[in-house]
Amino acid sequence: MQWETVIGLEIHAQLATKTKIFSGAATAYGAEPNTQACAVDLGLPGVLPVLNKETVRMAVKFGVAIGAQLDSRSVFARKNYFYPDLPKGYQISQMDLPIVGVGELQIEMEDGESKTIGITRAHLEEDAGKSLHDDFHGQSGIDLNRAGTPLLEIVSEPDLRSAKEAVVYAKKIHSLVRYLEICDGNMQEGSFRCDANVSVRPVGQKEYGTRAEVKNVNSFRFLERAINFEVERQIDLIESGGTVAQETRLYDANKNETRSMRSKEEANDYRYFPDPDLLPVVIEASFIEAVRADLPELPDEKKARFIEEFSLSAYDAGVLTASRELAAYYEEVNAVCGEPKLAVNWVMGDLSGLLNKEGKEIGESPVSAQRLGGMLQRIVDKTISGKIAKEVFEAIWNGEGSADEIIAKKGLKQITDSGAIEGIIDEVIANNPNQLAQYRDGKEKLMGFFVGQVMKASKGKANPGQVNQLLKSKLKG
Amino acid sequence: MSLEASEVKKIAHLARIAIREEDVAGYAESISSILGLVEQMDAVDTSGVEPMAHPQEAVQRLREDVVSEPNQREKLQANAPAVEAGLFLVPQVIE
Repeated sequence: MQWETVIGLEIHAQLATKTKIFSGAATAYGAEPNTQACAVDLGLPGVLPVLNKETVRMAVKFGVAIGAQLDSRSVFARKNYFYPDLPKGYQISQMDLPIVGVGELQIEMEDGESKTIGITRAHLEEDAGKSLHDDFHGQSGIDLNRAGTPLLEIVSEPDLRSAKEAVVYAKKIHSLVRYLEICDGNMQEGSFRCDANVSVRPVGQKEYGTRAEVKNVNSFRFLERAINFEVERQIDLIESGGTVAQETRLYDANKNETRSMRSKEEANDYRYFPDPDLLPVVIEASFIEAVRADLPELPDEKKARFIEEFSLSAYDAGVLTASRELAAYYEEVNAVCGEPKLAVNWVMGDLSGLLNKEGKEIGESPVSAQRLGGMLQRIVDKTISGKIAKEVFEAIWNGEGSADEIIAKKGLKQITDSGAIEGIIDEVIANNPNQLAQYRDGKEKLMGFFVGQVMKASKGKANPGQVNQLLKSKLKG
Repeated sequence: MSLEASEVKKIAHLARIAIREEDVAGYAESISSILGLVEQMDAVDTSGVEPMAHPQEAVQRLREDVVSEPNQREKLQANAPAVEAGLFLVPQVIE
């Protein structure tokens, strides 16, 4: 039987505020346990939550960016569950009136095909603390620093049809929240988490199959693997006569499998109700308009502009604009050297290659955009060839200075004086009489040999164009 | 509407409230009468009425995003039954 995969994603983006959603405690990552957990976060009797204005602004910013419906009124609700990582006995979340309503996002697959993914809603909620299950004399240790950290939960429609699409969508949301500067997107630190609702159905069937929720996925690579594993598991199960249970499954990256979470007993009976401690939030139209006016250029707009302004391919423009930092870096390199295509080749080629190899982000690049642009300028004005540039680039990477300094220090300036090049060519021809004779007998493939010899003799500094031209006429004799 | 004993026990369990077996019937009766009241209210036509999220006709005030709560771990943990390495210790949580 042919099966169709149906996926919806729930993405939790930790909002990049200084303080928690309902208290004035700090949210900095990596602090000593419980040093950023105040009376409100601990759920001590008598405390009251007060909503952080910045979380509302950030949520609205996201809403505006996905063209979502933004109701003027938004309500917080209590989601009840007993677990020591939230000592109140409930999580403050949103149910009926989320801050961000229905919106959508355009995704583009590798083959250039684009698809619109519906976003059901995005709501504000507080994160829970952390339970440490190391052995504390048969007890668990609780760190409540993360309790009350603001999250924006972004829920998609079940519009995704493959693990690949899910990853493209998740990456797009990731790129968007970072452009908007509402989330740092750090998946290792848990600032950006994806849960996937996965189900399968026979191709052509209208009704959805029973879904399982896959949690504990902390990278895009694992998201793809976890979904693929889960899809196969469900198909195998159904084809061998079983049925899929609606449950939460944890992904284990080491074993590449999903496992049923020993269901927290009746955990899904959350009994939501409006939180009496919080009044309805009213969002004025003027507030939304102010946020809209403050919106940066978004990834899709930037991509379109790069294609238009720099004549880049859709693929190149897509890669460059996926990260706001990378796009800014590229624009700076381009501004210095004035050759968009050359800049693309170096930024996406040599630079990205080395960054990947050393596991560095563009922000940590040892080669600044100014320096890379400066080096490309020297290619454009023919001071150095593209080949020598690789040597110069490596030296800049290793902190040996700017391109001009390195070219001067190492004597890498390209030889463009025809007389000098002719001298080298004459010498090479004189040293290789056999090859010369063969060439003149019609073995024209030997041209490459001569070019190589000349470049070698000039230590790679002879202008390749001139070498080709002069060599041809001299070899003819 | 009248609740079964098993439903009363479930509600108590979800709320983590210990109740005595001999009290279950009594609770079933009182909760049922509350539900009866709700049922009665349910009969009122509320179409066109905006659902009320809060009894007060007021709007949530917002706080500026400024750290106002310094670290007070020592004081806050003074009440805790067990603490180690800065962590609160609780009965083992099993996932």
